[in-house]
Amino acid sequence: MRGTGTRPPAGGTQPHASGDALRLPTRCGIGLKASHMRQVLEERPDAGFFEVHAENFMVPGGPLHHWLGQVREHYALSLHGVALSIGADSELDQEHLGRLAALIERYQPQSFSEHLAWSTHGGVYLNDLLPLPYNARTLQRVCDHVDQVQARLGRRMLLENPATYMAFAASTMDEAAFIRRVVERTGCGLLLDVNNVFVSCTNQGADALAMLQDLPLGAVGEIHLAGFARQQDAAGAPLLIDNHGAPVAPAVWDLYRFALSLVGPTATLLERDNDVPPLVVLLAEARQADRLLQDAGAARSAPDRPATPQGVAA
Amino acid sequence: MTTTTARIGIDRSHDLGSPVDDQAGFVAALLDPDQACPSDLRSWNGSDPTPRFAVHRNNIIVSLVDALAGQFPVTLELVGPEFFRAMAQAFIQQQPPRTRIVAFLGAPLPDFIAAFPPAAALPYLADLARLEMRRIESCHAADADVLTAENIGLAMADPQQLVNMRIALHPSVHLLSSQFAIFSLWAAHQGVHDISTVDPLLPEQVLLFRDGLDVHVLQISVCTGCFLAGLQAGATLAQPADAAANADAQDDFDLAGSMALLLRHPLVSQMEPLP
Repeated sequence: MRGTGTRPPAGGTQPHASGDALRLPTRCGIGLKASHMRQVLEERPDAGFFEVHAENFMVPGGPLHHWLGQVREHYALSLHGVALSIGADSELDQEHLGRLAALIERYQPQSFSEHLAWSTHGGVYLNDLLPLPYNARTLQRVCDHVDQVQARLGRRMLLENPATYMAFAASTMDEAAFIRRVVERTGCGLLLDVNNVFVSCTNQGADALAMLQDLPLGAVGEIHLAGFARQQDAAGAPLLIDNHGAPVAPAVWDLYRFALSLVGPTATLLERDNDVPPLVVLLAEARQADRLLQDAGAARSAPDRPATPQGVAA
Repeated sequence: MTTTTARIGIDRSHDLGSPVDDQAGFVAALLDPDQACPSDLRSWNGSDPTPRFAVHRNNIIVSLVDALAGQFPVTLELVGPEFFRAMAQAFIQQQPPRTRIVAFLGAPLPDFIAAFPPAAALPYLADLARLEMRRIESCHAADADVLTAENIGLAMADPQQLVNMRIALHPSVHLLSSQFAIFSLWAAHQGVHDISTVDPLLPEQVLLFRDGLDVHVLQISVCTGCFLAGLQAGATLAQPADAAANADAQDDFDLAGSMALLLRHPLVSQMEPLP
């Protein structure tokens, strides 16, 4: 039963749950960097929404909150966590979860998402999204953690598929099957990172089109697009690094088009965290995604056009 | 599951029918580049997984060192990028972050620098880093109302009450006292004056606070620093004024000047007489 179980857990409180309070617009949004905040507020560019990293705003007060409050008045917001460490083999940090709950209460974001990864161990924070083996034990752990997050936040979260660089001997299922089961068991949604699908499949010698179709596409609540860097592994095979430091690669645009043909138009975020170009450059790249979203909407309303992948390089 | 005996080939999880993973071992290998990468890693093409594991080693160090370089720009300029990055890397490897909030990552860095032998030739470096960390803390401090000069003037109108007045400073207010000329060094790097004119071995006191969205850094006298520290500790107006007057034999305490500072800048968030 794929793509079911997508309802939020019962008992959540949604003070502003009217209309699209829990839905991002079906447009391309941009990852909002502190360096662009003032410009965004002065110029109010036409962006679908903005996404911020939750941890950057886990400070008591000051300019960041001032700016985010103003951004929120004019734009839809996606709150994207990077340090909850859902895949860690220890209890979730309740203090961190409390800080997330406070941010959600304050800014009422349309979406909250986190990663299928871990980043803490024994009180140490590693500031990277670390991989985990996929097996019955880790599935149980991740489902328990996602359940706790959704219960504490009183809303459905989106779980992002990771960029991976290696596999584990301890894995007994592939990533798509693992994510499918998490979605089925917890009712969470999927943040489909198309760049991560491409990066992981290249790094694992797998077929990106097949993996994409294997994911629980009925649960996709948001799509991420980003750029990668190229390295080589010990055998000279390509090793792609998900560094969010380059424009979206042509192969990832192709995979995005294919994803839209399967999922339909879906809120999409352009991520850029390194070598951040001027805002106008990001806006132009986001408009490219907006055009594909429009095309996908038009194709949906046209009669019986089969979804076929075109020119997707693996 | 932090056991280090849980290696590949030893299945200790018959209850769930799958092998355990070992995040403790993963982290130990991540933070120590001399360790071999964990033995249960695999590559699809059978290649040595070491360069794959190195992606994470590199992500951790580079992202954290970059963050520190952005947070301590003057410290970095004083020692040069190469020295700073090596020092920051040693800091992260020896004292991996205990916070998930990257803005506060550098809080233990000044103490680390004070005990970092290669930096011993620059005795003022730790306090300068402390000034930069206080700027970050001031920037992100809690929001609170500030009293206008008019409000303060009204509250001070009755001299009888004034001595028993308790003044709460804004949460963004930080005071820093150093044996070194950290304000002058910092200001030189803001282009205020030529660094060659600075004698780093002169003691200086620094006041930091947020005005609107910007953090201001001011040099103050020993006595004024003592007076403000007394207020910050919750004393009434009379007590720190007395203490400040006795703080420094070379520096007459200027109560009027210190009060003017409170009127001129948004430092006071509350004033009320003791019951």
